[in-house]
Amino acid sequence: MATEEKSQTSHVKHIEPYTAEFETMVPTGMVKFFRTCVIWQFVRFIALNIKMAIVIFKSHK
Amino acid sequence: MARVVIMGAGVSGHTAASFLQDWIGEEHEVVVVTPNSKWNWIPSNIWVGVGEMSKEDVTFDLAPVYEKAGATFKQAKALSIHPEGGANEDNPYITIEYTDPSKSGEKETLTYDYLINATGPKLNFAATEGLGPESGNTVSVCTPDHAVHASKELQACIEKMKNGEKQKFLIGTGHGMCTCQGAAFEYIFNVEFVLRNAGVRDMAEITWISNESFLGDFGIGGLHIKRGGYAASSKLFAESIYAERDVGWIIGAHVNKVEKGKAHYELLDGSMGVEEFDFAMLIPPFAGVGFKAYNKNGDDMTSDIFAANGFLKVDADYTPKPYEEWKAADWPRNYQNPTYKNIFAVGIAFAPPHLISKPMSSPNGTPINPTPPRTGMPSAMIGKAVAKSIRDMIGGADMPTHTASMTEMGAACVASTGKNLFSGTAAALTVYPIVPDFEKYPGIGRDLNYTFGEIGLAAHWIKHLLHYGFLYKAQMKPGWKMIPE
Repeated sequence: MATEEKSQTSHVKHIEPYTAEFETMVPTGMVKFFRTCVIWQFVRFIALNIKMAIVIFKSHK
Repeated sequence: MARVVIMGAGVSGHTAASFLQDWIGEEHEVVVVTPNSKWNWIPSNIWVGVGEMSKEDVTFDLAPVYEKAGATFKQAKALSIHPEGGANEDNPYITIEYTDPSKSGEKETLTYDYLINATGPKLNFAATEGLGPESGNTVSVCTPDHAVHASKELQACIEKMKNGEKQKFLIGTGHGMCTCQGAAFEYIFNVEFVLRNAGVRDMAEITWISNESFLGDFGIGGLHIKRGGYAASSKLFAESIYAERDVGWIIGAHVNKVEKGKAHYELLDGSMGVEEFDFAMLIPPFAGVGFKAYNKNGDDMTSDIFAANGFLKVDADYTPKPYEEWKAADWPRNYQNPTYKNIFAVGIAFAPPHLISKPMSSPNGTPINPTPPRTGMPSAMIGKAVAKSIRDMIGGADMPTHTASMTEMGAACVASTGKNLFSGTAAALTVYPIVPDFEKYPGIGRDLNYTFGEIGLAAHWIKHLLHYGFLYKAQMKPGWKMIPE
């Protein structure tokens, strides 16, 4: 009997090959982890606010 | 003393009213006419629709806010515009009918020196047979009451799943000419998030249906963001999140009929299909609210100032032309009606010159393409620019002094994909400019330095802060002008 090995995408439900869902990219476990890692997201919070503020102020010129 | 009448108090109308009252309110009169007694922060309706917020969390009473600011508030719906006056009135005027319960049904004539049409859209559920909460077939999150109803229906489905009954969810757009794919995008992933947290995700089959020709079009022809050394299409990122969250998709679809538990649709390739569902939230197409306009003699001149879709014509180039010939210059800059220089339209109420996405139709001739979004940040910025122009015109300027072209402004958008302080996520996106300009930005039509996107908890925090920030600003509390549009 084959044993299931843990891969970088084992968090994703089985995707049927040769479907549109199979032909796109899916995030790795690390990407998923960092999306809700509070410390990293606090850094991103500051970065995103700066980036969005630049676009907003550029648009208000 | 000049009188500025603003029809509608949504994001754009309320922005224009707030600033005008602040700038000229002491010497001139600002009158707001809207059929609703409450202001609604529409982006948070999706959280009401999944039971994460209440109706009260996303609304507040307008009357006390305008009373405190000194503006005149009339809870009424506008019926007609008379830009040349009429038989008994030399000044331009509109007619209104009160929806205020104390005067319900009473009609009134309201003269103006400047008129801003900020009525937003008519939710045109009737465009698709059987669509909408009134039919009982589908729910909506377009209004707070709709969202409350959607939440109740969703909770009923969750109970069924807890009792072992599988449920099918269909979420997206309910017609081939819809806009607001972003709201439906947020709703489908918030539903998925809520189902996961309720422990019933494995009992649910969730499907997206929309009129976009590719996932990630969002009515702005898609966008590109920098990732891994590439300018990558929004299609990749949109498809990725659907695949990751196990949400299927049907795209290029015009839903042409809805029955109880069944949505009939036509695809861009001309084929027909039926999707069964237990719960469906399908956004309706938008149309103008359906004003009539009359000249001095009382003759109907609606088609002179309104486009066929009911939106007001402004300083755009409405000459029909193929997609390949579209230019940034087609888009309006000052939002002034070309015939009547004291009439402006802001937010959804102005008639766009054409789509932003490429027009497409099925072999049967059915148009299936997203219509241009003009809500949120651009809507507020247009409202403020028009308010500045009117302020200056009242002060003596002979033409609008400020512009807010969607081809020269960017937009920041935060799309929720799950509401929780620690496990929630959202997609933070900016595009610059909103309407791609392939002459100025050859290749992908936008400036990659100011067009970006990422998903994460930080974006959810921003989304939540925007909720409180914009409700604070709209209530004109101390320092409200410091919060940008």
